Amino acid sequence: MSELKNKPAHNKGFWGLLDLSNALSSFVAIATGLVVGFFVLLISNPADAAVGFTTLLTSGVSDLKNMGQVLYFATPIIMTGLAVAFAGKTGLFNIGASGQFIVGAYCAILVGVRCSFLPGIILCPAAILAAIIAGALWGALPGLLKAWRNVNEVISCIMMNYIGMYLVNYLIILTVYDQRRNITRAVATHANIPTWGLEHIFKLGNSPSSANGGIFIAIIAAAMMYIILEKTVFGYELKACGFNKNAAEYAGINSKRGIIMAMAVSGALAGLGGALLYLSGAGKGIDVVDTLAMEGFNGIPVALLALNNPLGVIFSGLFIAYLTVGGFRMQLYNYAPQAVDMIVAIIIYFSAAALLIKGFIQKIGKNKKIRAKGDA
Amino acid sequence: MFFAIPLLIVALGGMFSERSGVVNIALEGLMIFGAFTGVVFIGIIQKSGAHIDGQMLLLLAVLIAGAVGALVSLAHAYSAINMKADQIISGTAINMLAPAFAIFVGRRISEKGTQQVHFEDWFRFDSVPKLGDLPIIGDLFFKNAYLTTYLGFLILFISWIVLYKTRFGLRLRSCGEHPQAADSVGINVYKMRYAGVIISGILAGIGGLVFVIPTSREFNATVSGYGFLALAVLIFGQWKPLRILFTAFFFGLLKAVAASSSGLPVLKDIPISSYFYKMMPYVITLIVLTFTSKNSQAPKAEGIPYDKGGR
Repeated sequence: MSELKNKPAHNKGFWGLLDLSNALSSFVAIATGLVVGFFVLLISNPADAAVGFTTLLTSGVSDLKNMGQVLYFATPIIMTGLAVAFAGKTGLFNIGASGQFIVGAYCAILVGVRCSFLPGIILCPAAILAAIIAGALWGALPGLLKAWRNVNEVISCIMMNYIGMYLVNYLIILTVYDQRRNITRAVATHANIPTWGLEHIFKLGNSPSSANGGIFIAIIAAAMMYIILEKTVFGYELKACGFNKNAAEYAGINSKRGIIMAMAVSGALAGLGGALLYLSGAGKGIDVVDTLAMEGFNGIPVALLALNNPLGVIFSGLFIAYLTVGGFRMQLYNYAPQAVDMIVAIIIYFSAAALLIKGFIQKIGKNKKIRAKGDA
Repeated sequence: MFFAIPLLIVALGGMFSERSGVVNIALEGLMIFGAFTGVVFIGIIQKSGAHIDGQMLLLLAVLIAGAVGALVSLAHAYSAINMKADQIISGTAINMLAPAFAIFVGRRISEKGTQQVHFEDWFRFDSVPKLGDLPIIGDLFFKNAYLTTYLGFLILFISWIVLYKTRFGLRLRSCGEHPQAADSVGINVYKMRYAGVIISGILAGIGGLVFVIPTSREFNATVSGYGFLALAVLIFGQWKPLRILFTAFFFGLLKAVAASSSGLPVLKDIPISSYFYKMMPYVITLIVLTFTSKNSQAPKAEGIPYDKGGR
């Protein structure tokens, strides 16, 4: 199938975020999405549109509990965003984060439920490790097919998403099924990630938010990914494959190994995201329904907005989570929270085109330089 | 049968798009758009109390679903062809937009504020006169049927003719194989690709409605991954109409088995979970991809934006 032209973003590390041409294209996409979103609200219910839109934009910081919720929602999509971004750095489009996410989540829950005899200090890391391994395997398979048989990773990832979802549903019923609620059984409380006091900070009155230590793990993962990509030979090789596969091969880099490893790491990140969501202590379980996990797909806009920069992913993840929380609050004014999904979809659409805007800006910059040289 | 026809129609839609050189993973989203508007239209007419023939109403709804699918696919076409953006990303955007749109608007227009859109089944007919009396064939194809089934076969027939027996089809295919060569002999690659994507939008929209009508009495903002399954059908069918037909029926059969495995006497005794039947089409597609991708029949220029200045 298609050879994807996922041009890895021009990377200047953390300060790359402040690079005007990089950030500008994302802001253009976001602004367009928000403007269209406002018109959607306006058309569907003109009377409340202004106040509804304000709610959407402000409720993420309206009180400490909501801020905590932003952290809670951001955690899994930062992870899937990192997954998509990591694959993107190697020139691969990992649309299979959804499947990797759910197999990771399942394995974490399985360990959390079945191995509850272990003390918390072992159980929680064990559950997370299980998720990482499961996600890595689920990601490595499309990578293997790509490297070995040149199967387009987008198609194989889509297939793996569905296989993962049905397999997980099947295994849940076999192992950790709560028939009454059609959901996975609750994990042992000591399997959950410690909250590290976050519940005391992010609360409203006596009702704490779902904020937990997972957000720190996500940030650490982002930092590690940054270090791997920027400071290690392995990361350099992966990026080289992403920029130009043939040149990388010519320079003696094993691009097949690179593809498999990149997909495995990408899957591991998504799997970890599954663990972080379902070990959050918020009492969430996997519903046994035939729908794909949305967290996986939300990783795509997160990575796109961050232009695959791992540290940028933290911010774009927080941003999408911020909108999600705003969307829930918007229900007060009788707007379905799906308005946010629509806004995010529009942002994705324009961020695809935004790469062009970026290219355009860079071109202008280059032309100026060339002209300046010509004059001198 | 009810499972296979929508797969057939949507996969044929995908075929037109990909044969013109544009990857369309937005099929799922386009199906949702088509199904949603079609069902809403049916619901409105049925509630208004207008006396209209069921089959006539269905045909009108099909037209509307197709038109909406075409309209939405324009967004994909513009981004993929004019903006030369990543086709996977804009497709993903449409896939995310569609269910959100259907739920948002569904809640807005329904009286109780629920996202489901209801309609009544005015469309089933017990038996086609004369043809229904034929042995075996009559039972299979002409009893308890929906008009949409025949529509599916009609679309297949027309697709085959258009793709292989018309000037348009030849030009479309050439744009998917080697757009530069096509351009050099005076074919407008952009126009042909627009045509391909719009046809895929029309067919995906119709396919969405065709999926909902026989299997449900309400539309719940989802087509259960049929758009992606159609993509699998397209690949398994190697981008060829007749192979797509067989694949669609094969996958449709698996879906039917999965849906009724606990009810069928033979299968009930075999200790295989229905999840395995559900997984099967995807596993098979993956295996087929593994063994055929080296000599795949995929259009060569698929997914690559056409650049006039390119070599």
